[in-house]
Amino acid sequence: MIKKALKTWLLWELVLGLALTGRYMFQKKITVEYPEEKTPLSPRFRGLHALRRYESGEERCIACKLCEVICPAAAILIESAERDDGSRRTTRYDIDFSKCIYCGLCQEACPVDAIVETQEFEYATESREGLYYTKDMLLAVGDRNEKHIAANLAADARYS
Amino acid sequence: MLETVFFNLFAGLSILSAMGVVLARNTMHSVMFLIFCFFNAAGLFFLLDAEFIGIIMILIYVGAVMVLFTFVVMMLEIHTARLREGFLQYLPMGGLIAIVLMIEFIGAATSGVFSSGDMATAEHLPQSVNNTVEIGQILYTQYLLGFEIAAIILLVALIGAIVLTLRTRKDAKYQKISAQVNVRKEDRMRKVRM
Amino acid sequence: MNWDMAAQAGIWALEILAIAVPVALSVAYITYFERRVIGWVQVRKGCNRVGWAGLLQPLADGLKLVLKETIIPTTSNKYLFIAAPIISLMPALVAFAVVPFGETTLFGLWDVMHSMSMSNLNVGLLYIMAISSLSIYGVLMAGWASNSKYPFMGAMRATCQMISYEISMGFGLVTVMMLAGSLNLTDIVQAQAGGLLHWYMIPLFPMLIVYFISGCAETARTPFDLVETEELVSGYYTEYSGMWFATFSLAEYAAMILISLMTSILFLGGWYAPIPALDFIPGTVWLLGKTAFLIFVFIWFRATFPRYRYDQMMRLGWKVFLPWTLAWIAVVGIFIYTPGLDSIINFWMPWR
Repeated sequence: MIKKALKTWLLWELVLGLALTGRYMFQKKITVEYPEEKTPLSPRFRGLHALRRYESGEERCIACKLCEVICPAAAILIESAERDDGSRRTTRYDIDFSKCIYCGLCQEACPVDAIVETQEFEYATESREGLYYTKDMLLAVGDRNEKHIAANLAADARYS
Repeated sequence: MLETVFFNLFAGLSILSAMGVVLARNTMHSVMFLIFCFFNAAGLFFLLDAEFIGIIMILIYVGAVMVLFTFVVMMLEIHTARLREGFLQYLPMGGLIAIVLMIEFIGAATSGVFSSGDMATAEHLPQSVNNTVEIGQILYTQYLLGFEIAAIILLVALIGAIVLTLRTRKDAKYQKISAQVNVRKEDRMRKVRM
Repeated sequence: MNWDMAAQAGIWALEILAIAVPVALSVAYITYFERRVIGWVQVRKGCNRVGWAGLLQPLADGLKLVLKETIIPTTSNKYLFIAAPIISLMPALVAFAVVPFGETTLFGLWDVMHSMSMSNLNVGLLYIMAISSLSIYGVLMAGWASNSKYPFMGAMRATCQMISYEISMGFGLVTVMMLAGSLNLTDIVQAQAGGLLHWYMIPLFPMLIVYFISGCAETARTPFDLVETEELVSGYYTEYSGMWFATFSLAEYAAMILISLMTSILFLGGWYAPIPALDFIPGTVWLLGKTAFLIFVFIWFRATFPRYRYDQMMRLGWKVFLPWTLAWIAVVGIFIYTPGLDSIINFWMPWR
């Protein structure tokens, strides 16, 4: 009884709370200081899209338009034509990243693994136009990330 | 010299703001003018070496009474147009009161009670005179009875206000904080053998 | 206008600057300190980007606020809307006029110790109470002039809260007056000379707690910040932006500094060291050190405690603090006037 009264009037439980936060104050901080430090990314990370090429340098995309059809945000725009050698190729492959929801369905739909999502995520721009990627830009993304893309696809292959 | 300047400043500002209280159309502005008026009155008390009364003036009137005023005024919906409706209707009564007050003031001023001989000297008290102590001593000795009666009246008013406004509802549910805090594990939990 | 008056006016201006500028600067750095401490408690690092260890952050924030557009709502009452931040800042700064920051002989220039306050007012304590009770008006004005429901509700809450806690705060100070026998802040500190045991926190420990917690409520700091909760968007300064918003937070933090200063002056022995042997450190350093610690405690509270519910806060003010302070006044009074017991209390009343 007296103990309880003492605890009430000395604000004991508040002191306990303060002690707890006081302890945490001196703990090692878990902050990741982003531009200098980065957290690890999953192989399945869905970032900027890329169009891949075969080792020969031939682009993979066969303009089947499955990705365009499946895209829930209607972010992909494809136009195709017959190329001089008689193969079916895209003349236009645009992705509007201001529409894209990064669901990864295009990657799943693609029969030739042409459109994939990379681990690149630092592509912020100052204008909406900057988020509109054309075929050349997407191919360039694929070219500069090909090593990571292949490794990530290999790492994820046994689960899919 | 400086004192006269300050006296004129405080007195002038208090008259101006008192006029503002009456003339302002927005009730909120009137309240602000009244607060400003009290400040200037407090300033006048300071000039009279009555710093205790000056401070109490700010503490009680500005800090407490006017807050409640403001509070009530804030709740009102002000229709400036409707406020002017009864102007002519109330003019005779108001005017009469004003004239009577005026006559009284003039009568009092010329009656000789406030002649220069009876006025307090304008000299300043030395710094060592602490008028908090002086007021306390006179209040708790010579005027103790009056002081106590005033205190009792205020207490009665306080309790009366509470009694008049307090309505306890039987069916309302209140939180009993001490009961909640004092609850132990055994009161709420039971071990069940499965 | 003669020379003396001009010199006096100059000295006054210098004194005002010497108080107002450090207060404004320390407000800036208290916001920085607050962010760092809350960061540490939450196992984060806190702001450390702008300048070395983030020390330029408050300046960057200030610059941002100055450059931002001040939006005045069209349906607001423009005069009062603009006046409100000034009305709330003014009492917060004016109150510092009577705070003694220590005692000095000005490097031996004067024969006797002078109190380092702008005005060594005989009714200093009452002055502080009167002035700090004025800060309500800024809040009320802001809430009313915004002509918007959330600021209005915030202002209502703030007013109720401030009025309620001012009462227990005032009664808590009555015990200090009873022991010190004076309303002069310098005298109150001098009555606590002679080491830790003479400080008023020993006989008036419950009052210290009541005063400090009421101070939290008075400045609407965290356990009592339901004035500016999320449910009210941000209370009475919802409609404010840019510099006017900054003025409000300047007033809030200045009030916090004032409460901390007053707590150290009234209960923690002001500029005296806890043991007389440590008196070689200047008194002002002790006073500011104690104040800094109390400001830290304010921030610590903010990092620790969840917010009170409105009715709980009112209950605490009226049903817990008020009876407790009244009881303590009675206890102190009994001690002072009962033969036998007065020898105990006389230890803290050196002037008797």
